[in-house]
Amino acid sequence: MSDELVRVKNVWVHYGDVPVLEDINLSVQQGDFLGIIGPNGGGKTTLLRVILGLIKPSRGKVSVMDTSPRKARRFVGYVPQYSLFHREFPASVWDVVLMGRCGYRGVFQRYTDQDRRLALQALETVEMSGFQDRQIGKLSGGELQRVFIARALVLEPKLLLLDEPTASVDTAMQTEFYQILDRLRQNMAIVLVSHDIGAVSVYVDKIACLNRRLFYHDSKEISPEELEAAYGCPVDLIAHGVPHRVLRRH
Amino acid sequence: MGFLEIMRNPVIAALLASVACGVIGTYVVVKRIVFISGGISHASFGGIGLGYFLGVYPILGALVFSLVSALGMGVVTRRAKLPEDTAIGILWAIGMAVGILFVFLTPGYAPDLMSYLFGDILFVSALDIRMMLVLDAVIALTVFLLYKEFLSISFDEGFGEASGIPVERLYLVLLCLVAVTVVALIRVVGIVMVIALLTIPAATARQFTHSLRKMMALSVFLSCVFTLCGLGLSYLLDWPTGATIILVGGLMFLVSWGIVDLRRKKRKYVSV
Repeated sequence: MSDELVRVKNVWVHYGDVPVLEDINLSVQQGDFLGIIGPNGGGKTTLLRVILGLIKPSRGKVSVMDTSPRKARRFVGYVPQYSLFHREFPASVWDVVLMGRCGYRGVFQRYTDQDRRLALQALETVEMSGFQDRQIGKLSGGELQRVFIARALVLEPKLLLLDEPTASVDTAMQTEFYQILDRLRQNMAIVLVSHDIGAVSVYVDKIACLNRRLFYHDSKEISPEELEAAYGCPVDLIAHGVPHRVLRRH
Repeated sequence: MGFLEIMRNPVIAALLASVACGVIGTYVVVKRIVFISGGISHASFGGIGLGYFLGVYPILGALVFSLVSALGMGVVTRRAKLPEDTAIGILWAIGMAVGILFVFLTPGYAPDLMSYLFGDILFVSALDIRMMLVLDAVIALTVFLLYKEFLSISFDEGFGEASGIPVERLYLVLLCLVAVTVVALIRVVGIVMVIALLTIPAATARQFTHSLRKMMALSVFLSCVFTLCGLGLSYLLDWPTGATIILVGGLMFLVSWGIVDLRRKKRKYVSV
């Protein structure tokens, strides 16, 4: 197998007649930590859903791990945008993490010891081992986010997709969050999308800009002109980008 | 006929109905499909009417109609570009209208039509009980086999879909189970009040536990208590059973809700 995990080639997606993604080209390699930024409604979630095989592009080709996105799902961990479950939902942290194995295990099957072992490991990885029996609605935004990452990790993915992961996490918790991702990237490629330029921190090593079109060239550098083109208005790089540099490794 | 003989079938029916509504009601409450469940139960009236018209066991007609309307509403609300509550409201009324039309077209008087609308547990037949037994078995077996899937799609459909769970098909299976439960409950509280037995025991149980399994067990138990108390009370006071059962359940829910709420406030006060 090649080092290329995701290959998106000339992909267009339309909702009705409206194009949401225009001629997207993207390649994610093993070991990549790619941040995709762009305004709300710019097609970020759509792009992730294309990679997950939940949306069929109207034009173009997508392959994940040299096969179709659908077949590759078993190797892709997904952390959806903050999910709106009811706070009183009767499930524990443990129940939720095991759900990550549900699709893999298959209909009519019970969870096995292997599933439970992986769930335990995943909780350790995100430093939430002590929270197993806690009711899911009783967690803070940051804790919840870590549990959802654990739920994605139980598949032992080669690729981790995160949709607006910092939306519900306060700034202080973000450092911790990125440290977890930094550890994870030894074992998997990570793609993170966010509308908040500042949220994509120094840990990311490649940045792309998405607003229907994708501006991307394999590096962390992005010119103010490109940002402007993506956001459709001048973006104040200094105001957004620099304060978060405070959170550099320590 | 002695008291025990009169009460034997109704008590068995109450217990069997409690299994169905405790287990499926739990999903109805946590997955928030109360309104669609109300739609399914009312639409099943079309089947009652059809049963009268064709001269077959009306409950059988209700089973067919509720299953068809469950699948119909499930597919329409997911795929059509209609707001979910609008689609449910329309199918709800169409089902009722079909039933009324069939009853109108049936020559002669429709005996115990009211009992299907408002329930009449005192007159459940041996056939009703056998049918409820079969429906309970179907529900228990399906929930046993699909427990982890139903938990996943109840909690987070988006993630389920992305991780390869056939979310839509499972949702339709769950709605079919709601349909089956509705039919099992028709004889007990009637089409109009089925929704109360699907929600009250589960909503009461949720206040006391954070585990889905325990919530199911507790709501089955509570449902037994509500239906048996209601049954006894309606016998003593000579009130309509369906309505009495619902009122007993509703009252107990309000009381437990009040107690839990009070305790929560007290705890807050202490922690301050």
